[in-house]
Amino acid sequence: MISAFFIFNQKGEVLISRLYRTDFKRSIADVFRIQVVSNPDVRSPIITLGSTSFFHVRVNNLYVVAVTKTNANAALVFEFCYRFINICKSYFGKMDEESIKNNFVVVYELVDEINDFGYPQNSEIDTLKTYITTESVVSATQAPEVSSRITAQATGATSWRRNGDDVKYKKNEAFVDVVEVVNWMGSAKGTTLRADVDGHIQMRAYLSGTPECKFGLNDKLVIDRGAAGLSGPSSGLADRGGGDAVELDDCQFHQCVRLNDFDADRSISFIPPDGEFELMRYRATSNIKLPLKVIPTVTEIGTTKVSYDITLKTTFSPKLSATNVVVRIPTPLNTTDVDVGILGTGKAKYVPAENVIVWKIPRLQGGQECSLSAMAKLTSTTTRQVWARPPIDVDFQVLMFTASGLIVRFLKVFEKSNYHSIKWVRYLTKANGGYQVRELT
Amino acid sequence: MSQQGQDAKFFQRGKIEEFRAELHAAETKDKKFVKRKTVLKKIVANITMGTDMSPLFPDVVQCLGTPLLEIKKMVYLFLVSYGRSKPDQIHLVIPNFLQDCNDRNPLIRALAIRTMSYIPIPVVTEALSDNLRHALKDRDPYVRKTAAICVAKLYSADPRKAERGGFVELLRDLMLDSNATVVANAVAALSEIGDRQDGVIFKLNLATANKLLAAIPESSEWGQIYILDSLLRYVPEKHADAEIMAERIIVQLQHGNSAVILTTIKALLYLMNYMENRQLIDYICKKMGPPLVTLLSSGPEVQYVALRNILLIIQRRPTVLKNDVRVFFCKYNDPIYIKLAKLEIMYRLARAENAKEVLAELQEYASEVDLDFVRKAVRSIGRLAIKVEAAADDCIQALLDLIDTKVTYVVQEAVIVIKDIFRRYPGKYEGIIPNLCENLDALDEPEAKASMIWILGQYANIIDNADELLDDLCYTFLEESTEVQLALLTAAVKLFVYKSKADKAKELVHKVLKWATEEADNPDLRDRGFMYWRMLAINPTVAGEIVLSEKPPITTDSDRMDRGALDQLLLHTGTLGSIYHKNPETFIRNAAGKALKDSPALNAHSRAVLIPLARTQLPPMAPIVVPGPGPTEPQAQSSPVAPLPPSKSDNADLLAPQVQPQSGPTSQDPDDTLHDQYEADDDEPPPTRQASDLDPYSNLGNAFGNYLADEPQPMTSRRHADEDELLF
Repeated sequence: MISAFFIFNQKGEVLISRLYRTDFKRSIADVFRIQVVSNPDVRSPIITLGSTSFFHVRVNNLYVVAVTKTNANAALVFEFCYRFINICKSYFGKMDEESIKNNFVVVYELVDEINDFGYPQNSEIDTLKTYITTESVVSATQAPEVSSRITAQATGATSWRRNGDDVKYKKNEAFVDVVEVVNWMGSAKGTTLRADVDGHIQMRAYLSGTPECKFGLNDKLVIDRGAAGLSGPSSGLADRGGGDAVELDDCQFHQCVRLNDFDADRSISFIPPDGEFELMRYRATSNIKLPLKVIPTVTEIGTTKVSYDITLKTTFSPKLSATNVVVRIPTPLNTTDVDVGILGTGKAKYVPAENVIVWKIPRLQGGQECSLSAMAKLTSTTTRQVWARPPIDVDFQVLMFTASGLIVRFLKVFEKSNYHSIKWVRYLTKANGGYQVRELT
Repeated sequence: MSQQGQDAKFFQRGKIEEFRAELHAAETKDKKFVKRKTVLKKIVANITMGTDMSPLFPDVVQCLGTPLLEIKKMVYLFLVSYGRSKPDQIHLVIPNFLQDCNDRNPLIRALAIRTMSYIPIPVVTEALSDNLRHALKDRDPYVRKTAAICVAKLYSADPRKAERGGFVELLRDLMLDSNATVVANAVAALSEIGDRQDGVIFKLNLATANKLLAAIPESSEWGQIYILDSLLRYVPEKHADAEIMAERIIVQLQHGNSAVILTTIKALLYLMNYMENRQLIDYICKKMGPPLVTLLSSGPEVQYVALRNILLIIQRRPTVLKNDVRVFFCKYNDPIYIKLAKLEIMYRLARAENAKEVLAELQEYASEVDLDFVRKAVRSIGRLAIKVEAAADDCIQALLDLIDTKVTYVVQEAVIVIKDIFRRYPGKYEGIIPNLCENLDALDEPEAKASMIWILGQYANIIDNADELLDDLCYTFLEESTEVQLALLTAAVKLFVYKSKADKAKELVHKVLKWATEEADNPDLRDRGFMYWRMLAINPTVAGEIVLSEKPPITTDSDRMDRGALDQLLLHTGTLGSIYHKNPETFIRNAAGKALKDSPALNAHSRAVLIPLARTQLPPMAPIVVPGPGPTEPQAQSSPVAPLPPSKSDNADLLAPQVQPQSGPTSQDPDDTLHDQYEADDDEPPPTRQASDLDPYSNLGNAFGNYLADEPQPMTSRRHADEDELLF
């Protein structure tokens, strides 16, 4: 298990250092600094020297590092680092050198609380905030009854939510954000090499008491349970979603969702944490609706010029629009200058430092089309420069659109006081560096 | 909600004396203990920066009387850092600890035992023992769950004392606690103890295992991991036991925490060894695929862990992810370690049906910038040609296109794989030799050079100017690496065997033999030189038959890991061992090895290949590898291989024969065997291995040269060097 936990800044200075075990001295930090921070070519998030292994995650120029001398569970170590980062973001609003230094005493308290002897312990933010605070607590004044409630929660079956009586809202509201990252790799001919959706459902629950929630989607069971010959009917479940059902390849849930219920009848039922959390993650690969079509024509003219004709087409309804569209078109390394012309909307310019033409379109309505044509002039080089031919990358957001076709059917909230609750659902599809087309020439 | 502290200013190096004076000053007129808090913060910041603050011990512990939780925690942090080095002063704080152990507030009680157990010196553990015994039975679950971990700490400080104190039994009782968090921590502590070489053995029976399973739904995600992990300590006696257990844990595959998923998969893979129900096994395999793919949407670090594990899992259970090659295509902005890991999986999943797609991707990667990635992509094209016969033509064309780019490292990589393709498909692609010869000058790396020389020698009969080319290459004979020298020596002999009438060949072989035997320092080179010389002198005809004898066919079976070794390695799914594809006891000092345990339920095949646990001594001896032309020598093998008949020994290739352009593929199409194996994750005993046992290339870790060279691996510490020295 984890023997030591560190946070380093970019210079390799230690911002937090916690040794959980006596098998290391603090000077082990120097080894990490030499091996990773000052090494320009780090090629793995895990480095093992002798029996010692360093796991690191980078965030905003910080290194979150766990060190072990055992055959540690690597997934657990990284998940722990991710969780720690999330906790810091929630506590301090951000995770960077400044916020860690400004709150290092709280960070030490957290690090002591969420990990004991290298074993991650309860790390639910909502619960942690009830007893690890940025305000001073006078130990004598804290009533044991209050503490008992905290401990019951920290070790209880719903460790992610404060005691029902402690959560009160005037207006009971729940916001559901369905966020889909659509990945697409197109060939130069415009055919789809790969398209998939990584979705997650983010929920902000401002609900009093201990609400019992039920959540419904238009998903269709993909894995045919019948094939295994297990008990239970193989059909019936499969067409539950109706005609417009989407096929999800897989879904994974927040700790609060009862997996046994999901396994039994695909129902998503849970008592939500208070505030914001990620309810579920899912993946879809079939019938992906690509919101933007990109048609590139890239032609090398001799060895001194390359011409680009890029057309963008939206495929969604005219009522919707794509915003913050940014197209990045890589040019050869020996490009001297580029002439750019645009048909339709947007602005484009050549950025020599990055060897790309950047084309920005603030808003593109559904059904619209626009195009760019450019001519890059190249210097003649004597030596052949290796150019990786990066793909054309498109970034955008489309509100109220899901590339997978997923729809939230219902969200039901049951609470013993039987209050009325308001639910809001929002959909967003975006590209996240993975919407690309190759410009093979 | 979030509020910002302002404590960055404390990150300034200070002097012990200053802090002492400030602490002293804070003893009076310290409203709300602001002064004390400030000094302590400065001290903690200095500890963080690596300044030794231990001289302040007596001064800092004075602050323990302050009724402020924040101050108490800072003092405790100080104690955790320096308590161990102050055995003579630690008694000062024992009364405070004891008082806190009996505080009415459960959080304080837990904090006290947690902190005490972090200071593993006799004075403290002595004082802790009684309190810990109470804490293990505290009415508050938070105290109990903390106490459970304290036992592990106590045990690591002094195992025998912890045993004598009855703490292990107390922990065992905690496994039946009513609170799931307590149960999980008890399991974690027992597992830690059980993994120690001097620890008590921790095994689970069916009843306890079932009780633990019942605690899973109420456990925190971390607790679920500890419990799922402990299931490997349960050995099913009946198929049904394993099957029911697997059905109970399979829902955890839907959990959002990747470590829960991977640990569930580890438990499932383990239980499958004890199952009989074929349908259930297929069902589980089917269920494991999607969550594994979903892990590829996590952060890059978790993706990496997932990829390295997938590579192992699909070798043992090929039906998992069989049709998912596309999800492993590299994204342009994937970190390099992910790209390399994906490439390996793409190759494993390549079949005739998807070979076109895979090849198109590999060609794309071959034009990227990262050297390692490009080389591995080029090599993968060659391996694909060898693995999937239907794709061989396209692969060869792709390699020729790449050679035309004249990018040196691409050309070299291509030459290395083409040599193996020639051997895999004799008489089919020799027509491209002229294209290779054009690029002779581009080759400057020993492996590529040796490969090219092998080709020149082997096909000297069909290369008109082989003599000239070899002669040119021999100019620098004495400066070359041994690998190249050996290749030149053998090639020169082959040339002579083909063209014994030609003066040039005669002259060349004479020259090279002379160099090898008289000038070379390398004993292998010298010995091989003498051997050739003697053979040629005694009977040139027989020498020819030996040197150009028929070579055993090259197959890709060899790059599948041995079944028994896989079974063993998969017991470490999700851990460091699974990243490096090494059993932990081979690279981590004192790490516990694992082996499948025999039971009536263990399936016959698993039993047949079962590798019992051997306690290895670290550091292991590095295998001695003698590089030579052609495939490298087999390395230390984990499983016994039938002794090789001399005529087929690995070096037979160096010693002999006649290229007989064979008509069609070899009698037993290696590709078919591969496909058979592909489906053969069934648990039937294997068909008696005939040919493959005799095939020197089976079990050959590096039949394709060192493509595994870029495999992630622990950096080896120098032999005998104390690693503590290395790590300060």
